[in-house]
Amino acid sequence: MSVAETLETGAEARAGTGRWRKLLVVTLGPIAAALMTSGLILLLFGINPLTYYGFVLQRGLLSGLGLEQTLTRMAPLLFLAAGLIVAFRAGIWNLGVDGQFLLGAVAAAALAPLMILWAPGWLTLLAGFALAGAVGALWSVLPALLRAYQGVNEIITTLMMTFLGVSLANVLVKLIFLDPGTTVPQTRTLPVADRLPRLFDTSISSGLILGLIAVLAVHVMMTRTAFGLKLRTVGANPHAAAHAGLSVPRLTMAVFALSAGFAGLAGAVDILGVQGNVRADWNPAFGLMVIPLVFLARFHGVGSIILIFFYSALLIGAESAARRVGVPQDFTLVLVANLLIFLGLAEYLDHRRKRTEG
Amino acid sequence: MRDLARSDHPLPAKGADAVGLVNVTKRFPGVVAVDDVSLTVRAGEVHVLLGENGAGKSTIVGMLAGLQEPDNGHLTVGGGRVRLTSPSGSLEAGISTVFQHGMLVPTLTVFENLVLGDTWWHRPPRALVERRIAELQRDFGLDVPLDALTGELSLGQQQQIEIARALLRDSTVLILDEATSMLTPAGADELGARMRLLAGRGLAVIFITHKLSEAYRFGDRISVLKQGQFAGEIPPEELRGQTEVDAVEHMVRLMFGTGSAAPASRRATRAPGPVRLAVDALRTEGGAEVLALRDISLEVREGEVLGVAGIDGNGQKQLAEALAGQRPITQGSVLLDGTDLGRASVAERRRRGLRYLTDDRLSEGSVGAFPVSENTVLKEIGAPPFWTAGFERPGRIAAHARDLISTYAVRTPGEATPIGHLSGGNIQKVLLGRELTGDARVVVFNKPTYGLDMQNITASRKRMREIAEDGRAVLLISTDLDELIELADRIAVIVEGRIRGTLDNDGSGEMRLRIGRLMVGDLEAAS
Amino acid sequence: MENLLTDAFLSSLLTGAIIAGIPLLLAGLGEQMSEKAGVLNIGIEGMMLFGAYLGFLVAFTFSSVWLGFLGGIAGGMMVAALMALFCVRLGLNQIVIGIGLTLGAEGLTALLHHFQFSRTYPRLPAPVRADLPLLTDIPILGPSLFGRHPVVYIALALVVIMALLYRRTNLGLTLRAAGEKPAALDVAGGRVMMIRTAAVLFTGAMAGLGGAFMANIAAGIFIPYMTGGAGFIGIVLAMLARGRPFWVLTGALIFGGALSLTTALQVAGSNIPTDVIQMLPFAAVMLVLVLYGRKARLPAALGLPYERGAR
Repeated sequence: MSVAETLETGAEARAGTGRWRKLLVVTLGPIAAALMTSGLILLLFGINPLTYYGFVLQRGLLSGLGLEQTLTRMAPLLFLAAGLIVAFRAGIWNLGVDGQFLLGAVAAAALAPLMILWAPGWLTLLAGFALAGAVGALWSVLPALLRAYQGVNEIITTLMMTFLGVSLANVLVKLIFLDPGTTVPQTRTLPVADRLPRLFDTSISSGLILGLIAVLAVHVMMTRTAFGLKLRTVGANPHAAAHAGLSVPRLTMAVFALSAGFAGLAGAVDILGVQGNVRADWNPAFGLMVIPLVFLARFHGVGSIILIFFYSALLIGAESAARRVGVPQDFTLVLVANLLIFLGLAEYLDHRRKRTEG
Repeated sequence: MRDLARSDHPLPAKGADAVGLVNVTKRFPGVVAVDDVSLTVRAGEVHVLLGENGAGKSTIVGMLAGLQEPDNGHLTVGGGRVRLTSPSGSLEAGISTVFQHGMLVPTLTVFENLVLGDTWWHRPPRALVERRIAELQRDFGLDVPLDALTGELSLGQQQQIEIARALLRDSTVLILDEATSMLTPAGADELGARMRLLAGRGLAVIFITHKLSEAYRFGDRISVLKQGQFAGEIPPEELRGQTEVDAVEHMVRLMFGTGSAAPASRRATRAPGPVRLAVDALRTEGGAEVLALRDISLEVREGEVLGVAGIDGNGQKQLAEALAGQRPITQGSVLLDGTDLGRASVAERRRRGLRYLTDDRLSEGSVGAFPVSENTVLKEIGAPPFWTAGFERPGRIAAHARDLISTYAVRTPGEATPIGHLSGGNIQKVLLGRELTGDARVVVFNKPTYGLDMQNITASRKRMREIAEDGRAVLLISTDLDELIELADRIAVIVEGRIRGTLDNDGSGEMRLRIGRLMVGDLEAAS
Repeated sequence: MENLLTDAFLSSLLTGAIIAGIPLLLAGLGEQMSEKAGVLNIGIEGMMLFGAYLGFLVAFTFSSVWLGFLGGIAGGMMVAALMALFCVRLGLNQIVIGIGLTLGAEGLTALLHHFQFSRTYPRLPAPVRADLPLLTDIPILGPSLFGRHPVVYIALALVVIMALLYRRTNLGLTLRAAGEKPAALDVAGGRVMMIRTAAVLFTGAMAGLGGAFMANIAAGIFIPYMTGGAGFIGIVLAMLARGRPFWVLTGALIFGGALSLTTALQVAGSNIPTDVIQMLPFAAVMLVLVLYGRKARLPAALGLPYERGAR
């Protein structure tokens, strides 16, 4: 099953006509339906959904500090989205981004606090990113080789590598990169002053800018360059790609490397920008959450950025709503799940309408 | 297959109405596939449904098989009005269908395919099937190796298994959809004889074809369809009294409205120029699913059309792919204008002027979701003028696509339309345009007119003739002997990955026979 | 290492392998049927989790572990019914919906847990054991293998039953046809939608039962996210075992063993980090894939929705 088959990529979006209607039906429609259904679930638990949504909105978007937190939280999600856009547009199901993310994070956390002792700050950050990206990419080599040269389904292998990666990250944190200075099992910490600079006078990490650049660059690459068209051709129809003289295995390897590399960078941006270290058993599992958002945005860069912005606000809002309104953060999962299902339904209805209209 | 045990299923009397269409109309988005057609198929007859691609034959098969339902009108079985809402409903009404593209599961054994569809908790009735298959083997000469893996059998054998499955179900109506397209001339004759035998036993056989001579030789009654409409019928009385030439004339009149559908005269052969493409002792690796090429040697000269004739699946695809660089060569050489192509990549070969028009225009030739414009440059991704420094120049690509659309008379709403929305003939035009763009020296065509309608076929053949006359070399791989006889200067016959022989095409009626003999292994014919 | 191989160690290892292996076995057997029929059921993790929740809720409410298992089966099937509706009937993308259902089940059960159990953290009493006379008295092996809850034997019996069904009846070939070439099954008079729906529901039932086993027998308590990827392991087991139920059993015991090795080592006083051991089975599977990847052939129509008459 190719990812690209699920959407009529490019062609239709470019045709322009009915774009707004489509946006309404296939993007805003599912969002509204998901908010309502999830609201109903809240109601069943005796929570007024308006109170909850209002609180989340207030806390995640409208309050200054909340907005800053929201924007900071976007950085790793954006990098993950960049990686997923590459993979999905090229027809590869990289479901292993969580492992790649975590190992990238550990790599950055292992390197940066030691390197900062003798190297300049900018070089340390650069090296941290480079290493994290490389480690992320490395973690996809096996699934990539198996898919490219043996035709082994990458869904399974990337899932396996995620399980392995999460455990390996823990082993690394607990055994090898353990900070001897603390009793808590965690890596050494990069001092706050040496992390990615804050934007202006706010608490927003400049990782946000990097993330935005990553997503936009990927978007341009996939839609406007020869390399992007090659990847999309492989994704949409590998037989046609081979017939057109493209090296499908090599391009497949490149897709994995790019996708997983971005996931590794996502780990780095979170560590070098916000966390400073990796604690044992830390696994935010962002990956599974970003997948639906990227799908909802039809693999479109700007669309993904907008959705990630709202999702970050939801995360930040929900975190404090857990304390103040008494609804655990897990509610965001319900919301995303509803979103995915309504997205699927909207696609189905849209598809059917198109066929009956001819 | 609940009927397995019921081996004494009564057949209707000969001549009785077996199945019929009454004022049936079926629409699909944008087309009326079947337009107010009425037909009656009688027991004991081979009823030929004749028509071009798009005439509505497949839609009628689909409705009789329970895959689609008519929008207007109704079907009858045994004279009574019925609704066939599913394939199982159709089977229960006694109608079995052997589809054009085989409908057996390749990873199951023959026995498993025969019992497929039975209630899930039942145990497959091995002994019963064995007994009945033995009967079928005796009565109809069907070859049914029960324990063979279906995917490993030849297409002809698979078809016999599908026929055996229909007979196991005690069907009263047997539909054969384009059943001879995968068979050798001898295999087709054998199938024809078997149809006659089955009709003799009282079955109603519906035989769908677009080949006129088969319609004459195998059919009792011929119904002609034209653009979804019933164009006329030749009843048995009339058909018997006609010679093949008369009957074909009659059919052509019904199919095209005029009597002048005579095939275009054979291309005049001009003095061949220097050798453009030379293939010497070419070999490729085989496997469980692909045939190996063995010692293929060919020469195509400037201005020449070399035809490659063969039954589908005898290595034609592998030959085309090996030439285009899509399939590694294990031995031998391919020389283009005297230079060894060696391990040159697909792109490199294209640059040097070797072009390949694939037979699989949907799943290999084009990316259905991409617009026509991107498909026109799919083999040149990254190359100037359409890309500069790796960045796309959408304006240039669109202009190029519009050019191609007008030059090749592609019918499309615009260059931004996804190519998958176009008809097969129009996709083929786009691909042809793509292959002929730039400096094409040698063009390999693989079944270029397969599945096209008559108008597109004529246009494509004209185009190929022009290409040769322009001084390019053409390698034309085709399963359609008429096409080869019309276009080729010489015809090589490929059987099981080897060239059996090459004949000079003199355009005479003898050619068909000589090619046919080579296909079945009669090497004398080459002389 | 010699001091590790004590009776207590071996016994707790075996016990753990079975306790941890049974849910994997059930999930794998269930997923196996879906995959045969051409549905890649990524939602199985959600089915297990919802089965665990509902199984625990029913068992706790009615003080009956048996009713709890029925609840677990029902819970798994409820999620599976959504999967069947969306992916089989409507032909939506199986991976997107699968991820959606898993996320939804995780979120919903965590919410339910929060509002129902988070103040009291109710527990079930220790599970009943069905001691098989004599057999239970065998040292080490006895209590591990034969002193278990009856559901353990039911799960093991299911392996045999499924193997027989696949081999002796039309079920196996009907499923394979639905997964390889659904159009061929359709024109042969089989019912593709029904067989795929049934396969997905069966997966839900098995996954739900497995989840309920985790909550009611292994843990005695429902905890959010408690399945911890067991469903995904089930998918892997099914893919590696392909059509063979006994291979699922073997795989489940190996994975279960590795998961329980950590506890067993703790019993034995070793301090190897648990993560190292948890990596072993996954690393082994990757190794198997690297060595035999080419042969890990999946059904041709896996993941593809079927629509009659579509080309």
